[in-house]
Amino acid sequence: MPAATTRAASSLAADPEEPPVRKLYRSADGRLLGGVARGLAGHLGLPVAWVRFLFLGLFFTDGLGAVLYAVFWIVVPLGVGGVDAPRSVFEVSADGRRKLRKPDKGQFVALIALLVGAAVFVANVDMGSEADRYIWPTLLIGAGSVLVWRQADNARRARWMEVGRHRKLLHLARGLAGVALVGLGLAVFLVVRGSAAQLGNVLTAAIAVLTGIALLAGPYLVRMTQDLSEERLMRIRAQERAEVAAHVHDSVLHTLTLIQRNADEAGEVRRLARAQERELRNWLYNPEGTGKDEDDEPETLAEAVKRAAAEVEDKHGVPLEVVVVGDCPLDEKLSAQMQAAREAMVNAAKYGGEGGAVQVFAEVEGRTVFVSVRDRGPGFDLDEVPGDRMGVRESIIGRMQRNGGTARLRSVPGGGTEVELEMERASE
Amino acid sequence: MTENTEATGGPERRVRVVLVDDHRMFRTGVQAEIGRTEETGVEVVGEAADADQAVTVITATRPEVVLLDVHLPGGGGVEVLRRCAPLMGAVENPVRFLALSVSDAAEDVIGVIRGGARGYVTKTITGTDLVDSVFRVQEGDAVFSPRLAGFVLDAFASTDAPPVDEDLDRLTQREREVLRLIARGYAYKEIAKQLFISVKTVESHVSAVLRKLQLSNRHELTRWATARRLV
Repeated sequence: MPAATTRAASSLAADPEEPPVRKLYRSADGRLLGGVARGLAGHLGLPVAWVRFLFLGLFFTDGLGAVLYAVFWIVVPLGVGGVDAPRSVFEVSADGRRKLRKPDKGQFVALIALLVGAAVFVANVDMGSEADRYIWPTLLIGAGSVLVWRQADNARRARWMEVGRHRKLLHLARGLAGVALVGLGLAVFLVVRGSAAQLGNVLTAAIAVLTGIALLAGPYLVRMTQDLSEERLMRIRAQERAEVAAHVHDSVLHTLTLIQRNADEAGEVRRLARAQERELRNWLYNPEGTGKDEDDEPETLAEAVKRAAAEVEDKHGVPLEVVVVGDCPLDEKLSAQMQAAREAMVNAAKYGGEGGAVQVFAEVEGRTVFVSVRDRGPGFDLDEVPGDRMGVRESIIGRMQRNGGTARLRSVPGGGTEVELEMERASE
Repeated sequence: MTENTEATGGPERRVRVVLVDDHRMFRTGVQAEIGRTEETGVEVVGEAADADQAVTVITATRPEVVLLDVHLPGGGGVEVLRRCAPLMGAVENPVRFLALSVSDAAEDVIGVIRGGARGYVTKTITGTDLVDSVFRVQEGDAVFSPRLAGFVLDAFASTDAPPVDEDLDRLTQREREVLRLIARGYAYKEIAKQLFISVKTVESHVSAVLRKLQLSNRHELTRWATARRLV
């Protein structure tokens, strides 16, 4: 097999030397029309000229070569591979200066040569005067659709390589030329048919137009849908992976480094690990919350409760288990309640943290918002708290009362303290 | 769960357990923490790392309780529950499942409960509480963590659509109260004291909630959590 390396392949980072599964692709590189001959030659390990001559030869047996070529073009996907031809007839530049070669020039020459050849062939073969008038329009249509098919390949190829501005123009021009040719062919078809037989004109026109549209749109539709679904899947996967990687890199690795550095300080390690766990958990199981910045003010009750608990947890090194039932937007009264709840959490963490996790429960039921903060510490009696200690009386009970809510402090059977805060939501 | 006081019980209480978790480290940890049979009464008779293996091991050893991870290769805990359904329903020595997961996602939790698990606890649970939960499940009782109680309250609170079956699709006032106290971190004993009922009554309420959760016709039950922004 001749050297299978192509420029397209090497630019694609794939290993083109020895592909694991040999699959037939049309060659995207150095092709004249659809890359069928090159691809086939590469696949079979034959010189590309042989294949081309074979197709040309077959073309003269009632156009079988053309049909065969067209079928290959439609069915076989465009890929890398094929062979490096020992310089084609239409290309003048030397092998050492391949970069300067413009494949499009060769393709256009090939196309024109093909058309001329076909014309000569048609002119030489006498098919009778009746058939004669169909040949030119048919050829025009064929040429137009070949151009458009070719365009569909370029749309695919454009993603592999950057397409320059002039190339984009070229593509546009080629597309338009294809459409024009098909249109012209159909028009001539109609004129010829129209003068020949008035009957069935409408039918012919309809069929002609439909065929034209199908010819134009067919390749795009088929290839686009194939490409799009494949590409979308790849993109989604890549995006997901990138997101996970970014997250793991940014925060988890960072935390691990900090933990290694602070290995001697148990409290700090615990705090870091807990903060990281919370963040990762939030990110994994609460996807809609990920876009939110830490600095943003919370807008809903659930967010506010979780935020307050996280802050207290970080600051005091005591785990807080948060359960929220229902949710509602924060208003002024609820913000006051949140401040009271935060104070209660701080108290619980400070004085009751040794008994285990502090339990925070918030529930929205109708217009009532209920928050309870409970610890399993030694508990305390409010009456025994000296009057100058304002924490509980002012920050919790006083604040709730000023805003029209109630606060209740009580010792729980079995030990610990529970603060219950109840507030009516402001009417909208 | 949070019931510390009653705890492990003596050697006269025995329970055979299978651990299903794809992390070997975690299985080793749980084994070390609860598997000291002389002290805890828990005997780990088998371990499995994926769904297929789990079904094989459970069928072969016929344990009384399976500690089941929610996320597993080969279909997850739900798949194991589905394939073990005949064992769960057996009249003699039914196999009971306790979901044990690191996951916080309501869909995961509700998924395994609807699949037939008798309870759900998170992996942050202490060894003593886990042993207690295992015995509770063995006795046919339900085990709710505070978080699961929160999920359930939320699920049954959002009654936009008229219930298909009144009995199943609603929680009674008492059941709600019990769940709310569980969500607030109360142990069964504390709940009983708080509501002036016996621990047995608390247990029967919790079991009733579990049954409603498993049998309820509410189609949106597994979907509600994602629609509402829960913990």
